Amino acid sequence: MTDAAYNFAYLDEQTKRMIRRAILKGVAIPGYQVPFASREMPMPYGWGTGGVQVTAACLTPADTLKVIDQGADDTTNAVSIRRFFQRTAGVAATERTAEASVIQTRHRIPETPLTEGQILVYQVPIPEPLRFLEPRETETRRMHALEDYGLMHVKLYEDIARNGAISTAYAYPVKVEGRYVMDPSPVPKFDNPKLESPAIQLFGAGREQRIYAIPPYTRVVSLDFEDHPFEASKADHACDLCGAEESYLDEVITDDAGGRIFVCSDTDFCAGRRAGGHRGALAAEDVA
Amino acid sequence: MYVAVKGGEKAIDAAHDWLAKERRGDRAVAELSLAQIREQMSLAVNRVMAEGSLFDPDLAALAIKQARGDLIEAIFLIRAYRTTLPRLGASRPVDTGAMRCDRRISATFKDAPGGQVLGPTFDYTHRLAGLQTGGRGGRIRGRVPVCGDATDEAVPKPRITDILGRDGLIQDEPPGEAEPPDMTRAPMDYPAGRALRLQALTRGDEGFLLGMAYSTQRGYGRNHPFVGELRIGTVEVEMEVPELGEAVCVGELTLTECETVNQFAGSKIEPAQFTRGYGLVIGQTERKAISMALVDRALRWEELGEEDSGAPAQDAEFVLGHADNIQATGFLEHIKLPHYVDFQSELELVRRMRAEAAREAAE
Repeated sequence: MTDAAYNFAYLDEQTKRMIRRAILKGVAIPGYQVPFASREMPMPYGWGTGGVQVTAACLTPADTLKVIDQGADDTTNAVSIRRFFQRTAGVAATERTAEASVIQTRHRIPETPLTEGQILVYQVPIPEPLRFLEPRETETRRMHALEDYGLMHVKLYEDIARNGAISTAYAYPVKVEGRYVMDPSPVPKFDNPKLESPAIQLFGAGREQRIYAIPPYTRVVSLDFEDHPFEASKADHACDLCGAEESYLDEVITDDAGGRIFVCSDTDFCAGRRAGGHRGALAAEDVA
Repeated sequence: MYVAVKGGEKAIDAAHDWLAKERRGDRAVAELSLAQIREQMSLAVNRVMAEGSLFDPDLAALAIKQARGDLIEAIFLIRAYRTTLPRLGASRPVDTGAMRCDRRISATFKDAPGGQVLGPTFDYTHRLAGLQTGGRGGRIRGRVPVCGDATDEAVPKPRITDILGRDGLIQDEPPGEAEPPDMTRAPMDYPAGRALRLQALTRGDEGFLLGMAYSTQRGYGRNHPFVGELRIGTVEVEMEVPELGEAVCVGELTLTECETVNQFAGSKIEPAQFTRGYGLVIGQTERKAISMALVDRALRWEELGEEDSGAPAQDAEFVLGHADNIQATGFLEHIKLPHYVDFQSELELVRRMRAEAAREAAE
């Protein structure tokens, strides 16, 4: 049931139009951060207000929404955001990646490959990939305008000089369609190859008032060096529940004596595999 | 065998129930009414209105109650509500010179036309906890003047800075014709003009502005302020009504205005003049208004031909980017949310780098 006191998907139509214009501009200039007049939402900044506004602007009554946080549908904030849209938009909700038309995510890209027509909405804390190299917005905007990304390459080089490897494990910077350097939000770098996708990817940063986008089939290259190529790494294990070798894993501490197991961070992917008969090393026969 | 923890939905519902119970407190104690909060916690109500950017004492009282007295949480409730309200139009600029003052003091002149009016201030109270009176304060002696006393209103209170301005002793602030920006309807844009800066400051966090202002007094972007004038009182809000062809009063606002007189600027061509800082805040919010005036003045360094000393209070991107407590608290508190995916990726990276180091050491 929709809460009749609010407009469909909470935001008023004028605000949604303003956000859609920013989204369209973002799609037209892949990877470019479009300023938008972010609204105060009834959930705190930093908890997905940018993603929520983008989702609100995209939703239609016919949509099916999936919300994940850390890959899981049942994490508390994912539950909270899903409930918000069930209450204010009355749209159908699903946990199945393949059944969703709009997926709002925090920190993960689903393992199940996305398809044409799907929209993936990211919650973004700090949209500016250069922010921790240059705190001033006036400066970073100039650097993007001039395609002046030398500072980023120096940073990656210094990583290698100090640590022998690029020491960025998440929010790993990418170059979109050969032009803008973009922060893919704090997804693990394991997810970076999935940024080239048939789906539309929209990024919303509420507090920082920015929206950006990767249109379908856009070229997205993770920054690296010839002698230190990018590597989408993950924990060197298989999922202990479903046995998947190629999914991103959460490490779960099981006791205080060093015991730990590894399970898929994407709960829908893991449940789907188990339903299909896949079993990991620690899966009980009755777990489905 | 391992079964992943589920039950986020149930946990959230249970937390909300518990919160409601804690909000009410001991049921043997009478429940607070909104009128009690509005009347007896009025400075809290004022702060919530000022930083919530919405003048509505009843709503602010409700927010304070719902937030269990957490003022930033109450401000958040007001902001989230405010953003859903339609914009009916814009008022004319309020005339603070015509303010009906409850309080009006100047630190630069012993006396001035209109006089010094202390008003309801803590300034000269001795901060002795009222253990005997239960916090009620002293007995009220004699007749208490009320706002808008006929005798008081009869005495005009011209602005002190206007008096200085007549002799050209303080820099002029010519009225701008441009429509001021609305930071709630357009994304923040740097460099920010003064109208936008003042807008951000007046809804900024009181504690943050206090700290910033204090830092200028201690030498980080010093601009030596005198409180030229501080006035608190009510002003009329007028709107042009096209159907009537004139402006009509649509209500009253309580405001606190602070104008500081700061050290002078000047050159060989232009004789020395004092400069200004300006603070204007909803409600009786004196600490905030003075802080705002000091920070405003510090941010004007470029326009007044001063040097950037690198002080935080001179840096508009720094000040405006971090003054909003709703943005700040949201982002700060979001680190409570799960981050195990990002943490896992770093854990894996650190383990790998340590393994490589160990292998190299062994070779």
